[in-house]
Amino acid sequence: MERFDVIVIGGGVVGTAVLRSLAAYKAKVLLLEKSSDVATGASRANSGIVHAGYDAETGTKKAYFNVKGAAMFPSLTRELHVPYRMVGSLVAAKEGGLPAIKALYERGVNNGVKVEIIEREKIEALEPNIAPDIKYALYAPEAGVVSPYKLTIAQADHAVVNGAEIRLEEKVVGISESAGGYLVVTDKAEYHASYVVNAAGAGAVEINALLGESTPEMKHAVGDYYILDSKAAGVVNTVVFPLPDEKGKGILVAPTADGNVILGPTSRVVPHDEAEINAVTREGLALVREGVGKLIPKVDMRSVIRVYAGTRTAVGGDFIIEESCKFKNYFMLLGICSPGLTSAPAIGEYVAEKVSAALHLQKKEAMRPLPPRFRLTEASDEDIKAKIALDPSYGRIVCRCEKVTEGEILSAIHSPLPAHTVDAVKRRVRAGMGRCQGGFCRPRVMEILSRELSIPLSEVRLGDKGSEIAPYEVKDGYGKI
Amino acid sequence: MERFDVVIIGGGPAGMAAALGARESGASVAILERDDRLGGILNQCIHNGFGLHYFGEELTGPEYAKRFRDQVTKDGGIKVFLEAMVLSLTEDRLVRAISPTAGLLEIEAGSVVLAMGCRERSAGAIALAGTRPAGIYTAGMAQRLSNIDGYLVGKEVVILGSGDIGLIMARRMTSEGAKVKLVAEIMPFSSGLKRNIVQCLNDYDIPLRYSTTVTRVAGEGRLVGVYVAPVDDKMVPDLSREEYIPCDTLLLSVGLIPENDLLNGSKVEMSRVTSGAVVDEYRQTSVPGVFSAGNVLHVHDLVDNVSEEAFVAGRSAAGFARGELSGGDTVNVLPSQGVRYALPQRIHKGEGKIKIYFRVDKVYQGRTVVVKCGEEVIRKKKTLVMAPGEMQNIEIDASLVTGDVSIYTEE
Ligand SMILES: Cc1cc2nc3c(=O)[nH]c(=O)nc-3n(C[C@H](O)[C@H](O)[C@H](O)COP(=O)(O)OP(=O)(O)OC[C@H]3O[C@@H](n4cnc5c(N)ncnc54)[C@H](O)[C@@H]3O)c2cc1C
Ligand SMILES: Cc1cc2nc3c(=O)[nH]c(=O)nc-3n(C[C@H](O)[C@H](O)[C@H](O)COP(=O)(O)OP(=O)(O)OC[C@H]3O[C@@H](n4cnc5c(N)ncnc54)[C@H](O)[C@@H]3O)c2cc1C
Repeated sequence: MERFDVIVIGGGVVGTAVLRSLAAYKAKVLLLEKSSDVATGASRANSGIVHAGYDAETGTKKAYFNVKGAAMFPSLTRELHVPYRMVGSLVAAKEGGLPAIKALYERGVNNGVKVEIIEREKIEALEPNIAPDIKYALYAPEAGVVSPYKLTIAQADHAVVNGAEIRLEEKVVGISESAGGYLVVTDKAEYHASYVVNAAGAGAVEINALLGESTPEMKHAVGDYYILDSKAAGVVNTVVFPLPDEKGKGILVAPTADGNVILGPTSRVVPHDEAEINAVTREGLALVREGVGKLIPKVDMRSVIRVYAGTRTAVGGDFIIEESCKFKNYFMLLGICSPGLTSAPAIGEYVAEKVSAALHLQKKEAMRPLPPRFRLTEASDEDIKAKIALDPSYGRIVCRCEKVTEGEILSAIHSPLPAHTVDAVKRRVRAGMGRCQGGFCRPRVMEILSRELSIPLSEVRLGDKGSEIAPYEVKDGYGKI
Repeated sequence: MERFDVVIIGGGPAGMAAALGARESGASVAILERDDRLGGILNQCIHNGFGLHYFGEELTGPEYAKRFRDQVTKDGGIKVFLEAMVLSLTEDRLVRAISPTAGLLEIEAGSVVLAMGCRERSAGAIALAGTRPAGIYTAGMAQRLSNIDGYLVGKEVVILGSGDIGLIMARRMTSEGAKVKLVAEIMPFSSGLKRNIVQCLNDYDIPLRYSTTVTRVAGEGRLVGVYVAPVDDKMVPDLSREEYIPCDTLLLSVGLIPENDLLNGSKVEMSRVTSGAVVDEYRQTSVPGVFSAGNVLHVHDLVDNVSEEAFVAGRSAAGFARGELSGGDTVNVLPSQGVRYALPQRIHKGEGKIKIYFRVDKVYQGRTVVVKCGEEVIRKKKTLVMAPGEMQNIEIDASLVTGDVSIYTEE
C-alpha cells in the first residue's frame, strides 16, 4: 500500500489550492479526483468573479478569506500565467436603492474593502450601456475576473511540478482510521495517509459519511449562464450586479477574463442527488435574459455561443473550514460556495499551515516556477517565428475561431497534469471554445489525442467515462484516407 | 515580401474556381488554404449529386473537387500554399498567414478574393437546454468523423433541423446501421433541397416533423434522450406536449454561417440577411479590390453555383489588379414581397446580362417573379414552386437598368 503524508480529496479550485500550498513543504502529498480532470465541479461552472469582499457579513470566514484571497490574485495569477483582470465591479441600483447601497458600502468599509458610492454620471463613464433607470452604484475598483478552470488547472500543474501527485478517475469510496492515520480506499487502490483533507465540494458530505463524521444539511442551487462571442466584448466593462436579494448576488453582466461576456446566474434549488448534473433550463435562461435587460439592455442575444449551468453547495450561512473535533488530522472544507473561488488561494495557505503544524513539516527552500504556455494570440511576431522554426506544429492552426495551434494542444496533452480528453484540452488551450464551439476542430483534436495517447479514435472521450464521441467504426471502408 | 496580382483566401470549390478565373485572365495567382489539401467541404461529401449543372454529370464531392484541383495544379501557374491559415487582411491588402513550413507569411495582393466558406450553427448558439453530454454534434462534424476518420458517432439518432447536411447524414447513418428516429424542423418548411428530402428521408421512411423543436437534452456521460415539442407560429414550444425520445445521438443541422471573421473591424459593408459582404455583379465588396464568392458570400445549396460565381469573382479580381475593372455608378437591387434576399445587392448600368440570385421567404406555388426598374417591368418569370431551401435566379438586361431595381413575387 502506498503511503502519503497528506491526501487531499477533490480536485476543484479549493483542493488544488490546498495541494499547491502543501507542495511548498517537504512532504509526500496526493490529490484524488473522481473525474477525468480537475476543475469539473463547481470550479468549472461559475461566474469567475474575484469578489472585492463587501458582500460577506463582517466577521465571517467568508469575509476573512474573501478579502485575503482577493488580495492574492494579482501576483498569484501572474506567477501561474492565469488570465485575470482587475476590472472593478458595480452594484447598480435604481431610484430608492440608495439605502441598500449604503448598507453594502458600510459593510465593505468594515471588511477593509476599497468601495465608493457613485452616481449616474460616473456610472455612465464606466458603463455607457447601463440601463437608463440606474441612479446609484457601489463601485469596488479592485474586483476582478479570472478564468476559474485555468486557475484550478494551473494550481494543479504547479503542485505537480513541485512533486505533488494527482490521480484522476479515482473515486474515494472508503475512509477509516488506521495506524495513527487513515486508510483511504478508492475504486482503484488503497492508500495510507497521516492527514486527510476533505475538499470534495458537493461530494464532501459522502466523504464525511464514509468516515462517520456528520455534516450539517447541505443546500444546492443551480445557476444558468449564457456566454457571448468575443465580438460582443465592449458592451460591458466592469462586473455589473443588481442589488443582492435573499437568493444571492443576482444576475450579473460581466466581461470574462478570456475576452467573452458572461450573463447569469440564476439560483434554482435542487436536491442533493442532482447536485452534479448541471442541466440548463429554459426557464432559467429566460430569467437570465430578464435580469440582463434590467442592467444592460443593449446586450445582443444573437451573439450567444454557449449556455451552461453550475451548482452551488452551501451549509448554513458561512464556510466550514476546520479540523474535525472527532477525527484528529482530518480537515473539512464544507459549503464552499461563493466567494469560494476568490477565497481558494487563502484557504489553501491556511489549510497547509494547519497540516504542516500537525505533521511538523519543513518548508522547502523554494518552489519551482510553473513555465508559461505558449499562446499564439499573445505572442510577438519574433516569438512566433522562433517557435515555429523550432517546432513547426506551432504554425499549424487547429482551432480556427480561437487560433489555437497543434503545438499548443500537444503541450496541453503533455502538461504536468496531462489532458487526455477533448474537454480537458479545451479548458487548457481554448480549442473549441470559440464561436463555432468545436464544429470544425473537435474531430482534429480527437485525431491528435488518438495519436498522442495511442488509442483508437473510438476511445477518445469528451470527458468522463462513457462519453466516447465516435464509438463505432464505419463498415463501408470510408475514412482513413 | 511576395506579391501576387490575385490572392485567394480559401481553397474550396470557390477558391479554386476563382483561381482559374483569375489565371485565365493572365494574372499571377496564389491560393492560401489552411487545410492540408484543396477541396474544402467537398472532401467530406462522399455522396453523389455534385456537378449536374456545371459538368452535366453526377459526381461525388471529392470527384468534383478533383476536377478543379487537377486544373489548378496542372502547370504550376497557380501558387498554392497549404496548411496556411490567413490571420488578417489589411486595408492596403496585405495578407498575413501562418503555416508550419513558412512560419509567418506576409503577401502583398493586387486584389483579394474571399473564399473562406461557412461554419455550422452550434448547440450553444441555439441555447440548447439540458445537460452537456457527448452525443451532440453538428451534422458536418459527424460527417467528417464518418467520411474522413471512419468512425460513426452513434446508433439511435434524432436530427434537429432539416438543412442539407442533416438530410445527407440521415441517409449516411442509416446505411451504417443506425436508426434515425426523427428529423425535427422548427419551421413549417425545410431549408434543405427537395431532392434530399426525397432521397435521404422518404426513401428510408425517416419521419420529418415540421414546426417541431428539441426543447432539452438529457444524459450525463453520453446523451440518453431528447425532448421534442411542437411550436406555435412565434416558434414558442408547447411544453405541455413535450415528448421524450430515447437516443444516443443528436445531430444539428440548424444553419450555416458565412465565415467572415477576417472582416471584423474592416470597412467591408456586410448584409444582415446573408451575413456575407454586400457585392456588385463582379462580386466586388464595398472595399475596392476585395472580392467575395461561395459560401462566405451567401450560403449556397449547389456547388455548381459556387463555381460559377467564384469564376466571375476571380476574373474580375484579375481585372482590378490590372486596373481594368470598369467602375462607374451602381444602383441597388432591392428585395421585397416574398424575396428574402437578392445578390448581387448592387449592379452597374451598362451592357450584357446580369444574373440575380435570390431566395424566397417561404414555399410559394405558381408565383411570378418580377424585376422592376422604376415603373418599368424589365423581366418577368413564371415559376411552379419556389422554396427557401432552393436558390433561384433570374437574368436581366443591364441596358434596361436606369435606376434602383426591385425584385419581388406576385400571384
Ligand atoms: C453558479 C456559481 C457561481 C459562482 N460564482 C462565483 C464567483 O463569481 N466568485 C467566487 O469567488 N466564487 C463563485 N462561486 C463559488 C465557487 O465556484 C466555489 O466556491 C468553488 O468552485 C468550490 O470549489 P471546490 O473545490 O470546493 O468544489 P468543486 O470544484 O466542486 O470540487 C470538488 C471536487 O471533488 C470531487 N469529488 C467529489 N467527490 C469525490 C470523491 N468521492 N472522490 C474523489 N473526488 C471527489 C469532484 O469531482 C470535484 O471535482 C460560484 C459557484 C457557482 C456554482
Ligand atoms: C455537407 C454538405 C453537403 C453538400 N451537398 C451538396 C450536393 O449534394 N450537391 C451540391 O451541388 N452541393 C452540395 N453542397 C454545397 C457545396 O458543396 C458548398 O456550397 C461548397 O462546397 C462551398 O464552397 P466554398 O468554397 O465556398 O466553401 P468551402 O468548401 O467550405 O471551402 C472554404 C475553404 O476555405 C478555407 N479557409 C477558410 N478560412 C480560411 C483562412 N482564414 N485561411 C485559409 N483558408 C481558409 C477552408 O479550409 C476551406 O477549404 C453541400 C455542402 C455541404 C457542407
